[in-house]
Amino acid sequence: MASKTLFEKLWDDHLVADLGDRVQLLYIDRVFLHERTGSIALTSLEEENRQVRTPEQVFCVMDHIVDTFPGRDDNTLMPGGREFIQTTRRASKAANIQLIDIDDPRQGIVHVVSPEQGIVQPGMTLVCPDSHTCSQGALGALAWGIGSSEAEHALATKTLRVSKPLTMRVNFEGELGQGVSAKDMMLHLIGQYSAAGGSGYAIEFAGAAVRAMDIEARLTLCNLAVEFSAFTAVIAPDEHTFTYLSGRPFVPKAEAWTQAMLYWQSLYTESNAVFDKEITINCQDIPPTVTWGNSPEHTCAITACVPNLSSARSATEIKSMKRALDYMGLEAGQAIASLKIDAAFIGSCTNSRLSDLRVAGKILRGQKIAPGVKAICVPGSSQVKAAAEAEGLDQVFISAGFEWRESGCSMCFFAGGESFSYRERVVSSTNRNFESRQGPETRTHLASAATVAASAIAGYLADPRNSGVAQP
Amino acid sequence: MKKFTEHEGIAAPLMRINIDTDAIIPSREMKRVSKHGLGEGLFAGWRYLNARERTENPDFVLNKTAYKGATILLSGVNFGCGSSREHAVWALREYGIRVIIASSFGSIFYGNCSRNGILPIVLSDKIVHDIVEQLGETAQQNQLLVNLPEQTVLCPDGRSFSFEIESGPKEMLVQGLDPIALTQRLSGSVDEFEDAYQGRRPWLY
Repeated sequence: MASKTLFEKLWDDHLVADLGDRVQLLYIDRVFLHERTGSIALTSLEEENRQVRTPEQVFCVMDHIVDTFPGRDDNTLMPGGREFIQTTRRASKAANIQLIDIDDPRQGIVHVVSPEQGIVQPGMTLVCPDSHTCSQGALGALAWGIGSSEAEHALATKTLRVSKPLTMRVNFEGELGQGVSAKDMMLHLIGQYSAAGGSGYAIEFAGAAVRAMDIEARLTLCNLAVEFSAFTAVIAPDEHTFTYLSGRPFVPKAEAWTQAMLYWQSLYTESNAVFDKEITINCQDIPPTVTWGNSPEHTCAITACVPNLSSARSATEIKSMKRALDYMGLEAGQAIASLKIDAAFIGSCTNSRLSDLRVAGKILRGQKIAPGVKAICVPGSSQVKAAAEAEGLDQVFISAGFEWRESGCSMCFFAGGESFSYRERVVSSTNRNFESRQGPETRTHLASAATVAASAIAGYLADPRNSGVAQP
Repeated sequence: MKKFTEHEGIAAPLMRINIDTDAIIPSREMKRVSKHGLGEGLFAGWRYLNARERTENPDFVLNKTAYKGATILLSGVNFGCGSSREHAVWALREYGIRVIIASSFGSIFYGNCSRNGILPIVLSDKIVHDIVEQLGETAQQNQLLVNLPEQTVLCPDGRSFSFEIESGPKEMLVQGLDPIALTQRLSGSVDEFEDAYQGRRPWLY
């Protein structure tokens, strides 16, 4: 038998039927929903008179539309938001699925909550009508984002018809430099290989730097696989994974744990297995990285300049770069670290876990953000928020001048409610720098939590290595 | 779902790369729990000078006389990347778009298309540019004829390009099938799989 990659092991274990021409019917272990796209999937199933096949294996969380102001309820600033929340609650109850509601202490962003509760586990298939579901591959699960209609399909049939992607391994070798994190690694990768570089592939992240990473950093790594246009990403489960999962609420206990562990330990790529494509990156070459434009491929080192048009790969790319420069109010060749910012945001499924808040807190401790900068921190889950408060991090953020919010997706995107203002320049720990993503014509620079914190203090895009605090 | 066999219509060139689903339908245009009422919000950030008042931007390709009523879009690499929101496809469908030709697509968006009667066609960047070159100033000059069973795109100058599409999405579109109903016919295989799976992965139940 041919040696298998981790991805092939996960895929084959869930293969129900071959439907021909690469399309296969896969068994789905868990479905996650949220109030923005899940609401439609649930109501549409109701209209078709279809049942959820295994409601106890379906979870729903309120994260996308719910406000993050203290004392929040069903009312949100987003026009029509209340309908999304209340419809989701009603339909979740009617379908008898597990709802994690606004006031639930487990509430938070779906891709933060699922690992935190031990809902996602190695070897599972998990889908959610949300593109960042790939994050959860960090635990060794086959997890990917789908549309609402596919969610209906998964809910009704416990399967999905999926075109089998090709396989790619990205090896991050060597050690990360000071002040460099998983976020920088991914921005660097996407900058080097383009925003479509992962298109058609399921990616396995491997190499010494990945093995050394904790689970929270791995979640950030896998989170950005969709910005690389990959089908999804996976990381082989190891001692970090098992230690992280042990004791979490939904994880098997006692004998079931021992049994699961036996299987989980077999989930790795065999040494002779062949990938359709392989990329190796030396981590010493990765600087703290930010984006300058409107695609995650528009990146540069924090110490570098906005690229010149001569670096473009095609005429279309020149057009795209020109358009982005114009939108962002930048000139080619301009030093990125001199850019004055209006706002700083720490939050989202990319970088809002406890480790992110600790890194930012280290930089912010005893400091004040620059005058005129609006700074907001939105913890990734209510549990992250509580844990941060237990160690006094909330006070560090508040003393520095940050707003300290309730958990949710918040201003990672602009849904018509709260947003950054017209053409404001925002340094953000989120995942998308698309036009008007965070507000009307808002100019977003993606960066690590450390870079966001350092920039908030400086008042301009700043190198976290110069913040006077040694970084992990 | 509406069957898709042959389609003739006006093609509009939106020749940008990495057009994301936030651009196709901004979050703020998704105001109700519904698959409908989204056509007006299509490309709202580009199509209107003032999105709230719906003042048209005359420079946006779909607002130009030669492309009014376009049902086919031509675009660059990675069309529909980003957010999984199926609203992007529902907005395109409601606006009247039936075919999108690009050199590659975001994978979730691609799957969403064939489930909603929109045909995504992958052609090389060079061919897409060749087609765009042929387009003219009048609607008549911008007609393309797309034949899905034959897998061809017929251009105004009489040239025909063939395209590849996997049999799964093709059959779904040609026959206008409901994938859930189709899969439910296989429920015997699913039950059988589940029994065996539950035996080897009991901790998941």
